[in-house]
This record gives sequence, C-alpha cells and structure tokens, in this order.
Amino acid sequence: MIRYALKRLWLGAIIISVAMMMMFAMVYLIPGDPASVALGPRATLEMKEALRERMGLDQPVWRQFVNFYGSALHGDLGTEVLSNRPVLDVVMEQLPFTLALVVGGITWSVALGIPLGCIAAVRRGGFVDQVIGVLSVAMIAVPSFVVAIYSLLVFAVALQWLPAIGAGEPGDLASRLQHLILPSLAVGLGWIGYISRMVRASMLETLEASHIRTARAFGLTEHRIVYTYALRIAVLPTITLLGVGIGHMLSSSVFAEIVFARPGIGKLVYEAISVRNYPIVSGAVLVTTVFFVLVNVAADILVGLLDPRVRSSFN
Amino acid sequence: MIWRTVRRIMREPLGAIGLTLVTVVELSAVFASGLTSYAPSKISPAERFASPSLLHLLGTDHLGRDLLTRVLYGGRVALLIALGATAVSLVVGVVLGLIAGYGPRWLDNVLLLIFDAVKSFPTVMLALTLVTLFGPSLYAVVLVVMLVNVPGYARIIRTQTLVLKSAEHVMAARSMGASAGRILRVHILPNIIGPILILISMDIPVVVAIEAGMSFLGLGVRPPTPSWGAILNDGFANIRDSYWIVIAGGLPIVLTTLGFTFFGETLRDLFDPRLKGRS
Repeated sequence: MIRYALKRLWLGAIIISVAMMMMFAMVYLIPGDPASVALGPRATLEMKEALRERMGLDQPVWRQFVNFYGSALHGDLGTEVLSNRPVLDVVMEQLPFTLALVVGGITWSVALGIPLGCIAAVRRGGFVDQVIGVLSVAMIAVPSFVVAIYSLLVFAVALQWLPAIGAGEPGDLASRLQHLILPSLAVGLGWIGYISRMVRASMLETLEASHIRTARAFGLTEHRIVYTYALRIAVLPTITLLGVGIGHMLSSSVFAEIVFARPGIGKLVYEAISVRNYPIVSGAVLVTTVFFVLVNVAADILVGLLDPRVRSSFN
Repeated sequence: MIWRTVRRIMREPLGAIGLTLVTVVELSAVFASGLTSYAPSKISPAERFASPSLLHLLGTDHLGRDLLTRVLYGGRVALLIALGATAVSLVVGVVLGLIAGYGPRWLDNVLLLIFDAVKSFPTVMLALTLVTLFGPSLYAVVLVVMLVNVPGYARIIRTQTLVLKSAEHVMAARSMGASAGRILRVHILPNIIGPILILISMDIPVVVAIEAGMSFLGLGVRPPTPSWGAILNDGFANIRDSYWIVIAGGLPIVLTTLGFTFFGETLRDLFDPRLKGRS
C-alpha cells in the first residue's frame, strides 16, 4: 500500500513540474516584453530597464528558469506588477470563494444523486427508472454555463427568488448561502447525473450480494435493506467519481463565477487575461493545477485503501 | 445496412429522440441560407431588441440582427468545429496511441506521462492559458479540443494495440517479415477503429460545449461570425430586459448536446455494450 501511495505521489510531483514548465514557457513565450506591457506605452526606457532588472528578465533563459522553479518551490510565485503584492496572496484571497462553490456543487450532486440512484435501482426497469435515467443523461449532457445562465434567468431575473450577483454580505452566513445556491447548482448539476447512474449500477450489483440475501431471509423490510445495508457499500465508487468531479467542477466554476459575478479564481484569471496581467494568470493556473493533482492523488490513494484490486493494476 | 442500423436506433425511445434532434440540427445548419431571408451579420439599428414576432421568430439582438438567422448559421460554425476538431484529435490520438502501444517501452512511458500531465489541467484553465498565449481564435478552440481529447483517444488505442500486439495473426504477419508500418495499418488499426468511433460520437457534445463556452467568454470564434456562445454572451449583457436573446443562444446548445448524447448512448448500447462506463 505504501509503495502504491508513493508511486502515485511521485507521478503527481512529475505532473506538477511539467505544469510548471508549461507555465514558465507561457510567460516566456508571450509576444512583447512583459515589462513594457506592465508599464504601458508612456514608460521611459530607464523605467522599463529598471523593471526588467527587478523581474529578472535581463538574465539568460536558463537562469530565469532556475529562479522561477526555485522560488515557486518556496511558494513565491512572483509579484503582481500593478499593485506590487505577491501573486500567491492575490490568488489565495480568491481561493475560498471557488472552494465554497465546489463544495456547494458536491453537496447538490450527493444530496440529489444518491437518492435518485437508489430509487432507480429499486424500481429497476420501471417507468420511474427510465425517467431518472433520461434525466441523468440530460443533466450530464447540458453544459454548465447554459445551466448557469438559464437558472439566473428563471430564478433570479424572472421569479426573483434568489439573488443574481455577488457572493453575499461578508460575515452574514445566511446571505452567503443564499448567494451560493444557484451558482453551485450550475456547477454540480452534471454530477447529480453521474452519481445517480453510478449509485444505480453499484446498488444493483450490491443487491445481488450474499449478505443482502441473508438480510432478506431474516425478513427485514426492503426499505431497511436498501437504505441501511446496501447503500453503505453502493456509495463507495462515488468517492473516485468525486475525485474526478472536483477537477471538472473547478472548471465549471469559472463560468458560474462570471455569470453570477462572484469573486473567485476563475473570475480572477478571466479578468487578468483582458488586462494582460500575466503573472496572475500563470500563478492562478498553477495553484489550480496543483490543487487538482493533489485531489486526484488523494482520491486514488483512498480508493487504493478501499479496494486492493486497484493497487495491483497500477504496477 | 445503413437503413437497418437506423431502424434499430429508432426502435429505442432515446435513440429516436437523439437521431431526430441530430438530423434536425444538421439539416438546419446545411440549409441555413434557404431557411431564412436575413443575412447573419446584417445590422439594422431600427430593429434593435425586437421581441419574437412573425417577422423575427426568435427576436433580434442589440444590433438588430435576426436571431433565428444567427442561430442557424451558428449551427454551421458549431458543427464544422465539432467535426473538424474531432477528426484532427482522432488522427493525432490514433498515431500517438499506435506509437505508444507498438513502439519501444521507454517511448510508451514518456507518452503516458505526457498524456497524464495534459489531462491533469482543468479544461477551462487550459483554455484560458492557451488564449493568453495565442489570442482568441478558431484555432485556439481546435487546440483546446485536441488537448482535451487526444490523451483519452491515444490511451484507448494504446491499450487495444498492446492486446493485439501478441495476437496470433499479428505474430504470423511479423514472422513473415511484414514491416511495423504494414502491421499497424493492415492488421491492428482496422480492429480497433470501431469502438473508437462510437466513443467519438459521444464526444461531439463535449466539443460543441467547448466551442460555445469559449465563444461565450469571448475567447473563441471572433465576432461578427455567428456562434451560439457569442449569442449567449450578447444576451447575457441584456438579460434583464431582453430575455429572448439568451433563450435563442442556449436552446440550440441544449438540443444539440442532448441529441448527440442520446444518439451516442444508444449507439454504444446497441453495438458495443462493453464500452459502458468508459467515458
């Protein structure tokens, strides 16, 4: 088990360093001199030279590369030129908003996906099962940004049940949660579908197991069997699914943040692109990627712990 | 042969809905110019923000352009990109997958690592990074689609190649002195291309969503080229007063993704149930 975990971590580390290489290449390859871009057209030659020196742009490429790597490992992603604040601080300030959105998305998908999957499994082959099946596929298929815009149109603009923009008043939990409902639904809707399909399939498999047959023989009610005994086993594959899901939700949160004008990493990157604030773009993308890789490694290790077959197939 | 397949698909309720939607979307994109008398990018200031009427069935946008026309022509853009980008990803994925599966061990390991690294970027972040590098364009969209799809295709091709590598007919060909190129082309590729095509039909909605999503963010197809995502973006700016614009932009995306997904699922269940749960 420890060997498997180490191997998985090693792969994660390699992936992150490849990602860092791509980030460096990106900042380096961008057409135009970053110093002139940052200072604008009216900067004097001396100002540009001074900034180039401060950003380390006057050194040879390999030197810049080593510097970039070394400082990134220390958690230093450079300084944002406009406000003179460390990039990492700017990114970390936005991270909680995006994480809240992802957690909200997981809540939606688990809270609706698991019951839907159970009901479909119990009513296997019936009308209800078919309706849930079609609904699940539909939820998976429809892109999250369309869900975001349509839910905004229906629930915020037309019905005015929920707020349309922002993340709510700081310190006011009720307002924060209210502002989270629609965006997190947009982020999580597709995963309601994935989870309900997954739970249905694994529930059907579990209901064939021998301990369930024993429970039936003892005369327990069907309700009790499904929701207490079988469900406990049938939800396990959901963990792997959510490991993948968190990454995808991170992606769709970009749209949710823009549509609902919420602060967050996605909005930060999107706005940084339009004003060509490259250090912010590369910093935010790097932080997101590291987070994504870590989540996947954690999910893989967790599944490895729960299911020994996965470990051996990795070798 | 084709008719029998179509009849089998139409017998499934989901397949019937899917195939119908796909056909309608495709036909309306092909015959866009015959279905409407307006030009897609013709601005007419007098008719700005006209709500749906007999004259403009879906209304007009902030520049007075007929939305139905833009939706129809937008379908052309969406489908062309979907088919083109998927075809390119398929070719690249097949070549890389064959190399990884049939080539030397070290090359296989390097390629696998690259596939994993590319896959580990969240899609939208990848798109944003690329657009920062190259600027918004159609090619940026195609590049993002490739980076999203190729690793998956290549991985499947690789696994299938590894299996076939030690199959008897391949051994026989090799012992008779067939070159690696000939073995791959004649003995391996035809055996693995079928399942891949089914998987790809299920990826079309993803590609449509990527194009629309990037155009919605202003990172994809440039205006005034009509695109469903761009219509959504125009409508989003005016969502409080002119709700019909976002409806016109979103509905074709919903119908197309649903249509292709239902169609693909039915195809997979009918022809290759083993692929269930792969995507």
